[in-house]
Amino acid sequence: MSVHHSVSTHHHGGSGAGWLALFLVLSLLLLGLVVAIATAIGDYAIGLDTVFLAVTNGLGLTGADISPIEQSVVWDLRLSRALVAALSGAGLAICGAILQALLRNPLAEPFVLGVSAGASTGAVCVIVLGIGGGGLSLSMGAFTGAFSAFALVAILSNGATSGPNHTILAGVAAAQLFNALTSYIVTTSGNAQQARDVMFWLLGSFGGVRWPDFHLLIIVVVLGLGVCLYMARALDAFTFGDEDAAALGVPVARIRLVLFALTAMITATIVSMVGAIGFVGLVVPHAARYVVGPMHLRLLPASAAIGAVFMVLADIASRVIVSQQTVPIGVVTALVGVPFFALILYRSRPQT
Amino acid sequence: MTIEAHNLVWGVGRKTIVRDVSVSVQKGETLGLIGPNGSGKSSLLRLLAGLRQPRSGDVRINGQDVARVSRRALARQVAFVQQNAATDTNVSVHDVVKLGRTPHRSALAGWSAADEAAVSNALAQVDMQSRSGQAWQTLSGGERQRVHIARALAQSPIVMFLDEPTNHLDIHHQIEILRMVRDLPLTSIVALHDLNLAAMFCDRIVVMQDGALVACGSPGDVLTEALLHSVFRVAASVSAADASERPHIRFRSE
Repeated sequence: MSVHHSVSTHHHGGSGAGWLALFLVLSLLLLGLVVAIATAIGDYAIGLDTVFLAVTNGLGLTGADISPIEQSVVWDLRLSRALVAALSGAGLAICGAILQALLRNPLAEPFVLGVSAGASTGAVCVIVLGIGGGGLSLSMGAFTGAFSAFALVAILSNGATSGPNHTILAGVAAAQLFNALTSYIVTTSGNAQQARDVMFWLLGSFGGVRWPDFHLLIIVVVLGLGVCLYMARALDAFTFGDEDAAALGVPVARIRLVLFALTAMITATIVSMVGAIGFVGLVVPHAARYVVGPMHLRLLPASAAIGAVFMVLADIASRVIVSQQTVPIGVVTALVGVPFFALILYRSRPQT
Repeated sequence: MTIEAHNLVWGVGRKTIVRDVSVSVQKGETLGLIGPNGSGKSSLLRLLAGLRQPRSGDVRINGQDVARVSRRALARQVAFVQQNAATDTNVSVHDVVKLGRTPHRSALAGWSAADEAAVSNALAQVDMQSRSGQAWQTLSGGERQRVHIARALAQSPIVMFLDEPTNHLDIHHQIEILRMVRDLPLTSIVALHDLNLAAMFCDRIVVMQDGALVACGSPGDVLTEALLHSVFRVAASVSAADASERPHIRFRSE
């Protein structure tokens, strides 16, 4: 890790931008590699060369002669799964970086606004209670729940304008409420099988994702990243608090509302597809800050890149740790993430 | 007139905190704002800077009503230095002063030579050029305050508001910062607690009590024994203004 490099350059525009570009290019290459590995491994191992041909076949670039099963496993199952994993990691990391800036709290992450708890309640309502009578999909239920939680936090914290601590308290309250509702519904109405389905879903799983999920998610994440980059300078202005940002000419209330709504939307979309995956939104921005510094025009793309690579790696780990079985992804992100986070925390501890 | 405020009223809930204050400030003047705790100094400062909307009355800066100017346009003319603004983020001095260019840069515009010139100029004015790369967290209180002022200067404002900029500083740094503010070619409005420092460095002084403006004028005219007794409830003798026309206050213990 070239710590000295980043420390010495991130104060100066020119070389700093070069370092960021190099970092992003390397991250993209690494992402390509881990996605390829994620596509190759599994209970049915496929060689990297076959993977490559299957992907180019799928894109319509080649017409190589490979077995339809291999083609289908790579293209229809594993590639979409790996790409959704990458986008989820990127999206959660961006949300974490935004919330840490807006709430000025290093512990902030997407789930602090109660969004994941709300999504779980929505999903449980559909799975266990059968609300919507089959017409409402699991994803729609989760999405509705996530936005209900966000709306509750917005109301409790007066449109997220009543100060960072107040907003976090409102989020904690909302999370508690929705978690309690979820447990209540599962324990009173669910059977054992439903309870297990729900549990697996609460900890996250990329098992069910297919291409339509990818198409929706890439729109949401790319659009989200675009909006955030557009507002990156404004996010920097929050360094010394809301009033200071206002004094620097930032329309504080508007930026807050737009960015909170954006994080709620990205998180709700991700949670409704793959469940609640903790820790990525919390850890990745800290790692990214360590590499490219705290300014958001650099931090946001770096967070997205690191988050994407991290999540694909976590997905690989979730499939190989226990043979013939998939460990919930949320378990892996925490198991892999905590030691890594501890290392960063230890190396960046204040020197007194 | 750079700043003209008419009949400002502001409050929270039913409590009125600023009562019908009118004040005007000349171009290039250093105006001191003094008053006991809770007298409405900070609130008045924020009203004048356009950070809060008055219930009634208006503030004009260079003839423009601040309520009708966009935040960004206002921030190009008016800078505000909070007291003890802090952060946990690991930013450098240069990063912090760069923030002052926020209102002058569009969302994705690059860092221009003019921006860099404004930043290095601002750092030079507070004598912190050599510390540009230093981490914020390693600065002392006085240095942080100077960096905040540099950031305000990087906004290239015509008016600067400072809310108790000398709080928690030793006497050397208090005098150094106020001398610097006085010598800046800007209109500045400074909320202060130390009456002698206000007398030394301000061209004019405004005295607040219970949200109302009770006196306004040159330090020699305003800082009288009678006013100190009625507003601050202290017994003090004020030495006659000397050749510099700056009064000196000596507090008595009984």
